[in-house]
Amino acid sequence: MTLLALNPLVSPDPGLFIWSTVAFLILFFLLSKFAWKPIVKALDERERSIEDALSKAEMAKAEMAKLISENEDLLKEARLERDNILKEAKEIKDQIINDAKDQAKAEGTKLIEKAKDEITNQKLAAMAEIKNQVSSLSLAIAEKVLRKQLEDQDKQQALVNDLLKEVKLN
Amino acid sequence: MIVGSIAGIGAGLAAIGAGIGIGNIGGKAMEGMARQPEAASKIQTAMLIAAAFVEAVALFAVVVAFLGTGQVN
Amino acid sequence: MDLSHIFNSKKFFSIAICAVLFSFLSFSAFSQEHASSDTAHATAAGAHDAKPEKEEDISKVILHHIADSHEWHFFGHVALPLPVILWTDNGLVSFLSNKFGHNDHGTELLDVDGTKLVYYHGKYYYPESVKSADGTYIAYNNKGDIMNTKPLDISITKNVVSLLISVTILLVVFIGIANAYKKREGKAPKGLQSILEPIIIFVRDDIAKPQLGHKYRGFMPYLLTVFFFVWLNNLMGLIPFFPGGANLTGNIAVTMMLALCTFILTTVNGNKNYWGHVFTPHVPWWLYPLMIPVEIIGLFTKPIALMIRLFANITAGHILILSLISLIFILKSVLVAGIAVPFVLFISVIELVVGFIQAFIFTILSALFIGMAVEEKHAEH
Repeated sequence: MTLLALNPLVSPDPGLFIWSTVAFLILFFLLSKFAWKPIVKALDERERSIEDALSKAEMAKAEMAKLISENEDLLKEARLERDNILKEAKEIKDQIINDAKDQAKAEGTKLIEKAKDEITNQKLAAMAEIKNQVSSLSLAIAEKVLRKQLEDQDKQQALVNDLLKEVKLN
Repeated sequence: MIVGSIAGIGAGLAAIGAGIGIGNIGGKAMEGMARQPEAASKIQTAMLIAAAFVEAVALFAVVVAFLGTGQVN
Repeated sequence: MDLSHIFNSKKFFSIAICAVLFSFLSFSAFSQEHASSDTAHATAAGAHDAKPEKEEDISKVILHHIADSHEWHFFGHVALPLPVILWTDNGLVSFLSNKFGHNDHGTELLDVDGTKLVYYHGKYYYPESVKSADGTYIAYNNKGDIMNTKPLDISITKNVVSLLISVTILLVVFIGIANAYKKREGKAPKGLQSILEPIIIFVRDDIAKPQLGHKYRGFMPYLLTVFFFVWLNNLMGLIPFFPGGANLTGNIAVTMMLALCTFILTTVNGNKNYWGHVFTPHVPWWLYPLMIPVEIIGLFTKPIALMIRLFANITAGHILILSLISLIFILKSVLVAGIAVPFVLFISVIELVVGFIQAFIFTILSALFIGMAVEEKHAEH
């Protein structure tokens, strides 16, 4: 009986012990059935859904980054293509121009050549004509001059004398 | 009644021991936290548990002091 | 564990301010009650002379405040009588505690349905056949212990009422929250839900998971119930007036019940590894006769330490607050209040923190012990 004679503070009261056991067990069963189960479940579920949402957001972000990089690639490609096309077009244009220039030059040269030939031909023809004219004219002149010279007998004699004077018989 | 009983002296002695113990625990925990602030929460938990064990010794002494005093009413 | 966010929050400070207000009230309630118990002593007891107040009376008053009682004292002469239920030799008897007046000096014989009882210092005893020299029906042995036998007292005492109130609050609050979770599925918490949710998560992530590992799920209901039961009752004990003021978690019967629950859980859930640890400890065989008894004693000291830790912490807080207020009456000067009251405020705020920490410690140690019982075999520790 010494245990019962302890300080009342440290001797458990059987009545309170019984009541608290009953109350605590009822509390435990009611709470675990009606409160903790749904609360813990809801917390777990929410955590899972948040995690899901986060991972989904992460995935969307990655997808977005992929799309953006793809777009960039496409854009780069397109730009490259455009540059290529432009370059090609420029080349073609240059070529066309050059071709045209060359052709024009060739044509011009040809024309000039032709004109030169023509000119030469004409010149030759004209020269021949002139030669003919000159020869006939000179013949006519010579005829006339000779005729005139030989008209006067005296003069002819004089001339012959002169000429004979020059010739000295040695 | 605790006043004037020798059990009170016993409880006081136990309190000295527990005080030194808890002081050590707290001091070392502070040191640890200062050294590794990122582990502060773990250290805090461990500190509280260790302090609770040390404190239990002092509380046992107090209860023994209560036992020794017998009937109060 | 991260307690700092709890202590740093604005809520904590508002709670602290409430504590300050409460302790003012506790001061006034205590002084009123003290004065009235003086007059009661003086008038009710013919055998006891109205002595001038002594330190001895103060410690009696303090112990009276901490102890259980059959009535709930409000102020002055206003008290709520509570039903007394006794399992006597003649069967169950019950009556309201004020049926036979307020004489608790053991000088009157109470006749309850033919069962003779005597009411002495808040407890019902079977009377001695003759009055002793001091006019009571109580007999002492030479050590000063009461020799009378007692009927089994299963009354609805102050503590039991407080217990029922706290159980009701817990049921209403948490079943309400559970319904809120069902109703607002997948949505953000609101109101009370958002206040208590961090604490529930705290119990799960900082108490259950680290100690119990992946098996924590099964023990969550017990840990949550214990945590909130202890915490609410710690806080209710700090409220100086109805519905608080009963020193429930500072009563060893209640902490014994809680520790017993943890003990039963560890014993029932103990696996081969746990019992192997007890009966075949990892020491040389010749140490077995020493180690096995030590291990077996260790099984029991763990819950006993749990029981005493909570009881002593809460009781010590109550004694401290009451003693500081009693200083005013011991030194018989109102001026002392200027020092005593700030101290009481300080201690009250500390007690708020202690109330939380002790609930936390009780729960984490329960989790630790259960964790030791269910842990799988791995490296030595």
